[in-house]
Amino acid sequence: MTPLSGYLLVSALLFCIGLAGALTRRNAIMVLIGIELMLNAANLNFIAFWRFSEHPETQTGLMFALFSIAIAAAEAAVGLALIITIYRHFRTANVDKVEAMKG
Amino acid sequence: MTLSFAILAGLTVGSAVAAMSLRNLVHCALGLVLTFAGLAGLYLQLNAEFVGFTQILVYVGAVAILIVFAILLTRGTEPANEPAAVSPWAGLPVAVLAFLAMAAAVLASPVDKRLAAPVPEVSVKTLGQKLMTDYVLPLEVLALLLTAAMLGAVIIAMKDKEDLQ
Amino acid sequence: MAEVFQAIDQFPVTLKTWLLGHAAGVMPEWALPLLSAALSITPILAVFPLLFALTTVIERKGLGRIQNRRGPNRVGIPLTNIRLAGFGQFIADGIKSLTKEDIVPRSADKVVHFLAPIALLIPVLLTYSVLPFGRNMVPLDLPQTGLLFFFALGASTELSVFMAGWSSRNKYSLLGAMRAIAQMVSYEIPLILSALTVVMIAGTLSLSGIVESQAEVRFGFLHSWHLFTPWGLVGFFLFLTAAAAEANRTPFDLPEAESEIIAGYFTEYSGFKFAIFFLAEYLGLFAMCGLGITLFLGGWLPPFKFLGFIPSWCWFLGKLVALILLFIWLRGTLPRLRTDQLMGFAWKFLLPMTLINLFVAGLWHLSVTSVPMTVRWIGGFALLAIPYWLLGRGFEAKVGKREYRFAN
Repeated sequence: MTPLSGYLLVSALLFCIGLAGALTRRNAIMVLIGIELMLNAANLNFIAFWRFSEHPETQTGLMFALFSIAIAAAEAAVGLALIITIYRHFRTANVDKVEAMKG
Repeated sequence: MTLSFAILAGLTVGSAVAAMSLRNLVHCALGLVLTFAGLAGLYLQLNAEFVGFTQILVYVGAVAILIVFAILLTRGTEPANEPAAVSPWAGLPVAVLAFLAMAAAVLASPVDKRLAAPVPEVSVKTLGQKLMTDYVLPLEVLALLLTAAMLGAVIIAMKDKEDLQ
Repeated sequence: MAEVFQAIDQFPVTLKTWLLGHAAGVMPEWALPLLSAALSITPILAVFPLLFALTTVIERKGLGRIQNRRGPNRVGIPLTNIRLAGFGQFIADGIKSLTKEDIVPRSADKVVHFLAPIALLIPVLLTYSVLPFGRNMVPLDLPQTGLLFFFALGASTELSVFMAGWSSRNKYSLLGAMRAIAQMVSYEIPLILSALTVVMIAGTLSLSGIVESQAEVRFGFLHSWHLFTPWGLVGFFLFLTAAAAEANRTPFDLPEAESEIIAGYFTEYSGFKFAIFFLAEYLGLFAMCGLGITLFLGGWLPPFKFLGFIPSWCWFLGKLVALILLFIWLRGTLPRLRTDQLMGFAWKFLLPMTLINLFVAGLWHLSVTSVPMTVRWIGGFALLAIPYWLLGRGFEAKVGKREYRFAN
């Protein structure tokens, strides 16, 4: 059985890859993909800690992960609807170009 | 470090890197799908079967499709020309620093000393019972949230009346 | 005599254990689970593509007869003189699709174009691993999440539809793919909800457990299939409708109808890749039928106890063939639905009906001891028939008397 630190390292790596993508990419959808990666990394963390906990029958980690999956789905839906509307108005999905309130 | 964990972790991390760095948006979305599948495999390895299959059902079956539809509707298929206003080299050091900090914390902590518990006997029945007794408030709030998100997404993305005429 | 029938019933299981016993002495320790899995998979890979091949021939002949013509009736075994009255058509079709030139459009995305048929075939084949084909014959028994595994893989097939449509760089393919995905996503909800009704009553997500929950014998001879209850009857038809829409069968085959959009999302596929798409689509249909049989028709159980001497896998195959013939019949008889009619049907009719069905199933289960049988049946049917009639009226309101604009 892989030790817990293996799973935690994978989770940290995924989180930082998502963070790098969300900070670097210019397309709004890529930023959203980065956010989804970060949420998934946190889910992996929860499940790993649940599996290695002393009382796994309370299933707290599973509950948290399930709710997180549902909330991420809702957030993706609303975020993508916003991106589509912004595209319709500004004709671009580049986050740098949407600067009507700047200055 | 078992072989299956190494393969699954390698697949997940590799496709995550691909999802974040490819030029073509649809290829990025497909890389993300592979990441989700790899994560589902990791959940199955951790004996969380219900969460693993729910991950595939919700993320691969719904969220990935949403992302792909949004890419199509915002002309993401045209060749991406992203002249970055801010240099991309500002984001990468932050992420690397964050990873180093987290890895140092993980490796320095005594989590490794914890023994792996015997395989937990979780049944979906107890999951459902807990949802209805201990976690009924988050469940109801989640139902409200999903309804609000659904209505909100429809209203936001609906075409205005002027556009229709 | 009973032992002979039981031996025939369990012969795949005894064959597998015999082979594993012999291999245990020869093969290393780590290879035994792989061999066990391979032995479970081989019958599935042998039987279901053969069933697919026969279905294509029978469908063409059946559709032909419904349309007052004969179907293919000349092809025997190719390159010989053996005449089979058309049943060798699938061999000829297979040879044709294998030897056709594989055309890929110049501007297509080559990697995604290549991976799309494989991405469709793999989840569909994986869904067969949780279906109980007979007594003790489940390749993969997941005691906690069997049904969820099936639906998770069914949801993964939608992604390959998108991959196929987008990678072809063809506007019609893309349109067909988007319509197909919208249809599959919309009909997933009535599908899952009608299956959830059975889960609620059976109390388990394991498919072999659901079959076991239908094994109780009533009146001395009748197995209590879920079909023999009001909610089961309505649920079965709702499930079949949603399954037909999931598998893109007529009357829901707008995304791939020849007269509408050429071939929809697999327009740009030729030769072997098209054959894989075709195979995967029919295998998906068989898997959905298999799931419907497991959930509502009692799986491998006979309807009457005295017919129990016929082997369990025979019953499963027989019910599967009956459902396939029913789908062929529907294809020949019903006209096609338009996209907006299709979506309206899913969201405004099937979804409320499945929710009401769930409610009626709950009432049925809770009133087992307190209310007599006839009252339960009449009450159950009334509670289901009245919303059905009302929802139907809601649709009929838009269909008025037909007006001919230019005929006056």
